Amino acid sequence: MACYLTTGKHMSIYWSVLTVILLLAITAPTALAFGFAGASAARSRIAPVSWLGRGYIAVVRGVPDIAFFLFFVIALDQVIEATRHHVLCPDWVEPIRQGSDFVVCQAAKMPLGNAPQWVHESYGFAVAVFTFAIVFGAFAANVIQGAMGAVPRGQIETGESYGMTSRQTFWRILVPQMWIYALPGLSNLWMILIKATPLLFLLGIQDIVYWARELGGIKTSRFTDYPHGDWRMWYFLALLVFYLIFTRFSEITLERLMTRLTRGQATTAGEAQRKADTT
Amino acid sequence: MNACVQTVTDYGLRAVGIGKRLLPREDFTLCEQFTLIGSGMIWNVYFGVLALIAGFGFATLLALGKASNIKTVRKPSEWFIFLFRGSPLFIQFFFGYFLFLKLKIVFPIFAPFTAAWLGALVVLFFNTSAYTAEIFYGALRSIPKGDVEAADAYGLSGWSRFKRVIWPTMLRLAWPAYTNEAIFLFHATTLVFFSGFPAWQQRGDALYYASYFADKTFNPFIPYPILAGYFILLTLCVIGLFSIVNRRLNRHLPANTRQRLRIRPNLIR
Repeated sequence: MACYLTTGKHMSIYWSVLTVILLLAITAPTALAFGFAGASAARSRIAPVSWLGRGYIAVVRGVPDIAFFLFFVIALDQVIEATRHHVLCPDWVEPIRQGSDFVVCQAAKMPLGNAPQWVHESYGFAVAVFTFAIVFGAFAANVIQGAMGAVPRGQIETGESYGMTSRQTFWRILVPQMWIYALPGLSNLWMILIKATPLLFLLGIQDIVYWARELGGIKTSRFTDYPHGDWRMWYFLALLVFYLIFTRFSEITLERLMTRLTRGQATTAGEAQRKADTT
Repeated sequence: MNACVQTVTDYGLRAVGIGKRLLPREDFTLCEQFTLIGSGMIWNVYFGVLALIAGFGFATLLALGKASNIKTVRKPSEWFIFLFRGSPLFIQFFFGYFLFLKLKIVFPIFAPFTAAWLGALVVLFFNTSAYTAEIFYGALRSIPKGDVEAADAYGLSGWSRFKRVIWPTMLRLAWPAYTNEAIFLFHATTLVFFSGFPAWQQRGDALYYASYFADKTFNPFIPYPILAGYFILLTLCVIGLFSIVNRRLNRHLPANTRQRLRIRPNLIR
């Protein structure tokens, strides 16, 4: 059994678990940055910037998520290749779309046709991360926008009465104070992000879903030392348990963080904490 | 124009197996894409509506179970809700499909469960029940104390108290969140044919056809916006229906305290 679980192919499923965690580690801050940018843009007093922010939030949230993933991977790829095509091969006269084909010159291929395997893989991964970040950035933008609205008006007015400019009140009061209001929404989003990671499979990454299907399939003794029947059910059961543990763990951690951030805030929970401390 | 009418008669019900057998292979017209993707929407509506109706009843039971004082009732409900809310729907589909494949070998009665129309429906039903139960449970806990006390004062108890006071109030409080849940559910139906369940004779849902076109034409900029358009329409229908119910649930309240439906759709489960 121990031998079976450490065959070369099984090592790849463990690596793909790391891929998932890496994806989460990169996507979460990126999406947060996108969200912050989106929310700040939506609040902007300059109308076109505000429209841009609002439009971004509305469009991404209005479309079925999975469709967005499938769409974005191809669309992003084509946009990159088309741009490179125009820049790198300006003397190419034929149109890019020829019937059902998408033709760009050799130099514009992304990644280059002769690039090593790992470049292809990491390019695919980067596109996936970017897609995730765009989609979740819109969700995060919505949460942050709500949180910025929830910061008590009095706190900002206090800042203004001290003579702060609107930029200063934004950075010194609004941004530090909004996190407590944003955290419930953001932690919800984190849970959803965890649960969205199997969709990597749809983006063509060899992730845990891919390997679970691959490894669980029927193996005859001709190809492997460990022949077995159709075990895919057990592999997916293992994945199910993995995700359950992961979400439970995050839940507990976020709860702790929430308690920490609530300290001294002008919210019901903060007030309850203060009372509990004083008695 | 006539060609388009012909396409609609050929492919309008293609997703349920009526009409031309072969999908278009080349020179895709806009009309073909609209028709086939629209025909795929039949499956999305089918999964969504049935899972929602069946899930509603089960979710009420689960929510009551989770709020119960009896440990043998509360624990299973809690675990059920945690199991389906804590894991990705995508993995649940995969697991369900392979589980049904296994069961089919032992009990032939499970054969229809390996097809999407029943197997995926069961998974969706359990999943939406768990999410809805959590919403209902939250609503149960926030029923105003005074409402229940008033019911007690009128001598209502047991079933009649539940039917006349607790249940309607629970629904009223839960309704905005439940509307969002319904919208998610319709979006989640697009996962079915990407998760193990085979699209028999290429009878798939809207996303299945949209990705078919995107693969064949290598141009995602047409089929996916069409799909998005269909889904926005579907979402508007759901919102319309649910707000009628919402108005009815809130009809006894003064107009200025009524809860408005706040639609915040679109999250992945």
